[in-house]
Amino acid sequence: MSVNFGSKRVVTGAHYGLRDWLAQRVTAALMALFTLVVLLQLLFSSGPVGYDLWAGIFAAQWMKALTFVVFVALAWHVWVGMRDIWMDYVKPAGIRVVLHVFTIVWLVGCLGWAVQVLWRL
Amino acid sequence: MTELTRKRPEFRNINAFKDLTTYRLPPAGWVSILHRVSGALMFLLLPLIVWMFDTSVSSELSFERFTAAFAAGLGFVPGWFFKLVVLAVIWAYLHHLIAGLRHLFMDARHAVTKEFGKSSAIVTLVLSIGLTVVLGAKLFGLY
Repeated sequence: MSVNFGSKRVVTGAHYGLRDWLAQRVTAALMALFTLVVLLQLLFSSGPVGYDLWAGIFAAQWMKALTFVVFVALAWHVWVGMRDIWMDYVKPAGIRVVLHVFTIVWLVGCLGWAVQVLWRL
Repeated sequence: MTELTRKRPEFRNINAFKDLTTYRLPPAGWVSILHRVSGALMFLLLPLIVWMFDTSVSSELSFERFTAAFAAGLGFVPGWFFKLVVLAVIWAYLHHLIAGLRHLFMDARHAVTKEFGKSSAIVTLVLSIGLTVVLGAKLFGLY
């Protein structure tokens, strides 16, 4: 029997496996579809892709909202991926907590910046 | 376990430099580890990716700065280095996407035989590296 209770409790593997497994796939499918939609808009435009066409894609409010959802999906997808990487290679819990915090700060920062860009248009 | 059973060899503390380099990774193994590497690479370059989105979409002026970064460079970073980094992002995205779609396909169709693992892995590598070369050639102005 492993000593895994009280002060020796291990802080990984706490009933989030299925949720995050599914989250990876759902967010991935969402992002892939979004990419396809944007790519098709770019490919089926006449002439070179200038600022007007590119910014025009993100001008409508519904497109901004959809892009925001995709950004949030990206943040969750990346969090699960990076958490798995830290979990696999970094065993000391103290160091891993620091890395988790860094990852979340990094992701929230990027997300906030991206949202600011979207609603500045 | 009987006494006749050969004692199983034990492996402890794999040395990254001495042992990892001697393993032959099958194509599916390469796709897998590169899936992880490409994801981590995009995580690290995420601010750059957001910056590219910001600069390209905010105004016509910033869009010109965006296109100029590929030619004239950015601050102290020369244009060709910037293009190289963008090429790395392109590869990372293509590999991660195609390997991810392979995951989704294997999940949905229960296509989990060893043979399919090998053939789909080779398709993934050929497609991702091939598209990277095509887009890279376009990026570096080869056509």
